[in-house]
Amino acid sequence: MATKPVKLLGFWDSPYVNRVQFALNLKSIDHEFIEENILSKSELLLRSNPVQKKIPVLIHGDEPICESLNIVQYIDEVWTDGPSILPSHPRDRAMSRFWAAYIDEKWLPLLWEVYEAKEEDSRTTLLEKVREGLVLLEAAFVKCSKGKAFFGGDSIGYLDIALGGCLGWLKGIEKLASVKLLDETKTPALLGWAETFCSNEAAKNVVPEPEKLNKCLKEFQAQAAAATK
Amino acid sequence: MEEVKLFGYWVSPFCRSVEIALNIKGIQYEYIEEDLTNKSPQLLQYNPVYKKIPVLLHNGKPIVESMVILEYIDETWKNNPILPEDPFEKARARFWANFVDQKCFPALWKTIWSTSEQYEQNKAEALERLKVLENELGGKRFFGGDSIGMVDIVANFIGFSFRTIQEALKLDVFTEDNFPKLWEWAENFANCSPVKKCLPPQDKLIANFPPAYMGKTLVSSFQSRLQLQFHPPAAAK
Repeated sequence: MATKPVKLLGFWDSPYVNRVQFALNLKSIDHEFIEENILSKSELLLRSNPVQKKIPVLIHGDEPICESLNIVQYIDEVWTDGPSILPSHPRDRAMSRFWAAYIDEKWLPLLWEVYEAKEEDSRTTLLEKVREGLVLLEAAFVKCSKGKAFFGGDSIGYLDIALGGCLGWLKGIEKLASVKLLDETKTPALLGWAETFCSNEAAKNVVPEPEKLNKCLKEFQAQAAAATK
Repeated sequence: MEEVKLFGYWVSPFCRSVEIALNIKGIQYEYIEEDLTNKSPQLLQYNPVYKKIPVLLHNGKPIVESMVILEYIDETWKNNPILPEDPFEKARARFWANFVDQKCFPALWKTIWSTSEQYEQNKAEALERLKVLENELGGKRFFGGDSIGMVDIVANFIGFSFRTIQEALKLDVFTEDNFPKLWEWAENFANCSPVKKCLPPQDKLIANFPPAYMGKTLVSSFQSRLQLQFHPPAAAK
């Protein structure tokens, strides 16, 4: 089953796509990356994800799997030779899933809202909420890592991937707004984790560079605005 | 000796999901009803991030968030699996469970809270979502195949409570004419023994959603508890 061809539909600056890329790299899975144009979705994308019409989509053989965290779990369950992504104990798996869901439902959307914020006041409020979330995630990291380098312990795990995907946008915002979101006083452990994560083989050519990302997002926002006029 | 407790609230479909899963697995548990206007210290201790039910306590350790709890139950008690074994089918089930949880439930919930001005628009959105679900169900008895699985469990609100509430409020969102397959699914679902065991009494449900309240400002303590729990959408600007 693991030998069928693998394609990933996505674009390089999406946190959701980055997550899948980390997982594919972690398991050393050969794959074809098909860059999508979000404002002009391909036939393949619409056919593969007719319900949400969103990236990432992993196509394994001819079977599409959608939604980033779903795809990461799928990869973990199919490619069992490589390092495990999810922890083995159900309680630890529950903890990983809980925080990944927190990131997706409560925290990551804030980052996009920062990019979209038109006024300084709203941006400041949002940045404060981002920081509050990071303080919670710092505590989660300390608990999950048990003194090791990653949420997953000695190696990158599910929660590393879930949060690691967000590092592109997080660093982009730090540059854009000239702020520090991960800092030595409030989130020292996460600051260290981010550095370790970004220099890991699975992540280093995936996490977008802040300047390149911000330029691309600015262009996208302009195009999206023009398209709706 | 396994000790399993569930902190819940009788109307909550998220809590119901957990109860159904526990019943499918034949797990004995103690149910603790929470007063959402006066949350217990244990609830706040076990779920400090969200302070919400359901909370499953297994041998003193809390698991929170209904979807996380369902996966935990399935991974801890291996009998009567609620997720397929095949990774692709499992991914499909997770996708659809998320769709029901993130797209269907909020859309249906909005119709209940609609003012008369908002209703048609909210109803249109709910109909769209239900149509997608009806297509996915296709000719299957349940989303899980021959027996109920995670998607059916997460859709429990559609399967029972929503039909009861919409009848009480005289809404016309989920009808047998519009969604014949989903309607039949709901009948079969509500009659399954793990589901029947934990359904809220129909008359109690109806009594708490009187037609008079549709779109009105929340005044009763029950309505306030519902608001605290489910954070209904802000009124249209």
